[in-house]
Amino acid sequence: MFVTPAYAEETPAATAPAGQDAAATAAHGTTPAAGETHTETGVAHEAGHGSGVFPPFDTTTFPSQILWLVITFGLFFMLMKKVIVPRVGTIIDNRQDRISQDLDQASRLKAEADAAVETYERELAAARAKGNEIASAARDAAKVKADAERAAVEADVSAKLAAAEARIADIKAKAFADVGTIAEETAGTVVEQLLGKQVPQGDVAAAVAAAKQEA
Amino acid sequence: MSNDPIHQFVIQKIVPIEIGGMDFSFTNASLFMVASAAVAAGFLYFATSSRSLIPTRAQSVAEMSYEFVASMLREGAGSHGMKFFPMVFSLFMFVLTANLLGMIPYFFTITSQIIVTFALALLVIGTVLVYGFYKHGLHFFQLFVPSGVPPVLLILVVPIELISFLSRPISLSVRLFANMLAGHITLKVFAGFVASLGTLGALGVGGAVLPLLMTVALTGLEFLVAFLQAYVFAVLTCMYLNDAIHPGGH
Repeated sequence: MFVTPAYAEETPAATAPAGQDAAATAAHGTTPAAGETHTETGVAHEAGHGSGVFPPFDTTTFPSQILWLVITFGLFFMLMKKVIVPRVGTIIDNRQDRISQDLDQASRLKAEADAAVETYERELAAARAKGNEIASAARDAAKVKADAERAAVEADVSAKLAAAEARIADIKAKAFADVGTIAEETAGTVVEQLLGKQVPQGDVAAAVAAAKQEA
Repeated sequence: MSNDPIHQFVIQKIVPIEIGGMDFSFTNASLFMVASAAVAAGFLYFATSSRSLIPTRAQSVAEMSYEFVASMLREGAGSHGMKFFPMVFSLFMFVLTANLLGMIPYFFTITSQIIVTFALALLVIGTVLVYGFYKHGLHFFQLFVPSGVPPVLLILVVPIELISFLSRPISLSVRLFANMLAGHITLKVFAGFVASLGTLGALGVGGAVLPLLMTVALTGLEFLVAFLQAYVFAVLTCMYLNDAIHPGGH
C-alpha cells in the first residue's frame, strides 16, 4: 500500500538523528543497507519490538492499535450517542424554548402595556373633553349672570340718575322762584335807603318783574 | 538517546496480550487512546451534568463544541446529515483531545500513528459507502458521474472521480498523521538543539536561545495545528457524508 514509499522516505529521517548508530554500523564494516540501519536504530530506541522499522509503520503493532482503538473509540462513540449528544441537545433546546417563551411573554406584556396606555389616553381625552364642557358651561352661566347683574345695576343707576336730575330741576326751579323774592326785598331796601321812604310792595314787585323780563 | 525525535512514536507494551499468535498488547498507544476517550468523555459528561439553563464555563465549552460541530455538519451535509452528528462529534472530540493530549511533554500522540488515523478514515469512508448504497442503491454510482458534463468527457471525468474517491481514505488519514508526526518531530529536534547546545558552555547557552525561541513559537503553532487538523478531519467527514446523502447533486 502507501506505507512502502512513505516508509522509504522516512528512513533517512529515522537514521539521521541517530548518527552515532550509523557510525557504529560503519565500524562493524557493514554496508549501510536499509535493513542493517534499521536494526541499529531499533536497538537504539530500545523499543522492545526489535523490528527496528520507523515506529508508526511497524505493522506488528497494528492489531493491538486497531483493537484498542475500536474498543476506546467504540465506547466513546456509544457514550456520545447515548448520553452526551442527547443531553447537550436537550440543554440547548430547553434554553431555546425558554428564550422563545420569554420573548412571547415579553411581547404579550408589551401588548398589554400598549393596551393600557391606549385606554389611559382615551380616558384622558374623554376627561379633558368633559372638563372643557364643564368649564364652558360654567363660563356661559357666569356670563349670563354677570350680564343680568350689569343690566340691573345699569337700570338702578339710570333710575337714580333720573331722580337726581328731577331733584336738580326742582331745586333749580325753586331757586329761580326764590331769586324774585330776594330781589324784591333787596330792591325795596335799596330804594328805601335811597329815597328815605317806604315804597309800596306792589310797585317793587312790578319793577323786579319788569327787570326780570328785560333780562 | 533522549534527543532522538523518533523515540516518542515508539510503541511500548504495558500489558502483553497475545491471542492466536497476534499481538493485542495494551501499549502506551492503547493507554492514550483510553486517556483521550476518558478525558473527552469525562469533560463532556461532568461539564453538562448540571444541565443548567445559564451555563457554567465548562458547560459553555461543551455546548460550543456541540454547536460548532452541528453547524459544520449542517453546512456540509445539510439537515439530513444530522443523523451522523454523533459520529462526527465523536470523531472531532476524540481527534482533538488526542492531538491536544499529545502536546503535553512525555505524552504519546495516538494521531501520529498512521494505523489509527487510517482506521478512523476507513470508518468515515465505510459509513459513506454503507449509507450511500443502503439509501440510494446503484444510484450511489451517480457520485462518479457529475451532471451536466458532455458524454464524451465522461470517459475522462469518471476515472478521475473514481480515483479521487478512492484516494479519500488515504488523504484523510495521511493528512492528520503527517501533520502530527512532522510537528512533533520538528518540536523535538529544536528542543533537542537547546539541550545539546546547553552542554557546550557559555557560548552554547547563548546560542541555545534561538532554538528555544523557535521551540516556544512551534509549540504555539502545534496547538493551532492540533485544533486545525481535528477541524479539517471533521469538515472533510461532513463533505464525504454529503456525497453519501446527495450522490447526484452538488
